Amino acid sequence: MAHLSNPEGSRHSAVVRITHWLTVIAFLALLVSGAEIVISHPRFYWGEIGNVNTAPLFTIPIPSSRATVPTGYRYVMPDQNGWSRYLHFQAAWAAVLTGIAYMLYIWWSGHLRKDLLPPPRDRRWRAYRDVFARSLHHAPPQEGDARSYNVVQRTAYLSVIFVLFPLVIWTGLALSPAFNSAVPIAVNALGGRQSARTLHFFVSGALLLFLIVHLAMVIQAGFKKRTMAMITGRDGEAHESMEHPKSLEPQEGL
Amino acid sequence: MKPLSRRRLITTGIAATAGVTGLTAAAHIAERYGLIPPDHTGLYGPGETLTYASQRLLTKHSLAREFPRHMISKSPFANETIPPGSAPKPHQTTGFSDWRLEVNGMVAHPASLSLADLKALPFRSQITEVACEEGWSYIAEWIGTPLIEVLNAVGVLPQARYVVYFSIQNDWWDSIDMADALHPQTLLTWGMNDGDLPVSFGGPLRMRVPRQLGYKSVKFITRLAVTDSLKPFGKGLGSAAPEGGYAWYAGI
Repeated sequence: MAHLSNPEGSRHSAVVRITHWLTVIAFLALLVSGAEIVISHPRFYWGEIGNVNTAPLFTIPIPSSRATVPTGYRYVMPDQNGWSRYLHFQAAWAAVLTGIAYMLYIWWSGHLRKDLLPPPRDRRWRAYRDVFARSLHHAPPQEGDARSYNVVQRTAYLSVIFVLFPLVIWTGLALSPAFNSAVPIAVNALGGRQSARTLHFFVSGALLLFLIVHLAMVIQAGFKKRTMAMITGRDGEAHESMEHPKSLEPQEGL
Repeated sequence: MKPLSRRRLITTGIAATAGVTGLTAAAHIAERYGLIPPDHTGLYGPGETLTYASQRLLTKHSLAREFPRHMISKSPFANETIPPGSAPKPHQTTGFSDWRLEVNGMVAHPASLSLADLKALPFRSQITEVACEEGWSYIAEWIGTPLIEVLNAVGVLPQARYVVYFSIQNDWWDSIDMADALHPQTLLTWGMNDGDLPVSFGGPLRMRVPRQLGYKSVKFITRLAVTDSLKPFGKGLGSAAPEGGYAWYAGI
């Protein structure tokens, strides 16, 4: 059962499994509460300031939960910002603390070096092209596909861990007037409060896009089996796969 | 499952004890240094406490960003309009000459100040941003008497921990801790952009707390109460905001 390296020899180590599901809960809570908060002002701006008296960069064509926002709809949605804001910041704390624990773990355990950083031979465009080409041609999976992440998967995971999550935290913190009083560069470097809010929205969108692709890949690879592997750590048919290479799964979920 | 060995039992026991002791100690320290918000109870208490405690440690003396004059918004947004006949409108006809600010609670000399009394105290002008929890914002110049000047004038007792402020609108009141109350940018604002503070923006008197979201900057202020506990006010959650489902601390 030589798998993604971890001390227990299972497919996903206990730390990865626990932090994965904590992140799932926190991220879904952030997504729902974030969308609710956007409904109270579905207009986005660039620069320091922006309000209904200034021109928006773009608007989302939905009704608002505030009568003061001109949306073109007569309908005003119910105000859900109270619990949404409480939940958003509680879930943000959960996500950040989980993220810190995960970062320390992957660095300390070698998971980052062995399973997430692309091996030197894969650090070229050709490696990416090959993965897409194989996928497009429905090529039979190669030896090791079920046991290790390919270069595209690794890049996607690394982008989420080291680019999108830090960015969404930074742009979120830049919306805090108190935090900005202590660290003004956090918001000034983004071009102002409204730019930070707009960027926070787009980075959240990028994370949502990752979630959708991730789910699609998991479904393609076998939703039940992949999900059970992330819950129990065991890969039901791993032994069989090793004995009968032909039955190797096509691709591991992104 | 592995059978529970004695060693495992002992290490688990020690870890659990250390955890509980650590949490209890943390709670004591947090309480002592005023790091627990009044709305710390309930489902979202942990998140609120983490936010308030960490920001209080990080931002005790930090100043909200101030902006150059050319960044003042040409069309600031007043938000809610005041229903005619209600709130401060009747006072407007007399030029707010009868407007009073009561200051009581844990102070040496309770006072009732007119706007002229307030303006006789040292004042300050600052160009800061109003950021609404909904997402919009604008920048204006705010001119007013720092709350600390009023508190110094009436003599705050040493056990004071919060300043509660009330509006002419009974359902809108709020409170801030002493870190924000004594902060130089916390203004009892009576001027805006080189003129009187318009009624739509909270005139004649608005509390401006620029290190927190707009809803802490309550309009039409009529009374201040200095206190060591928020329990006796409203439902004891610190302000009208948590009673309506919103967080007491709005520095986010």
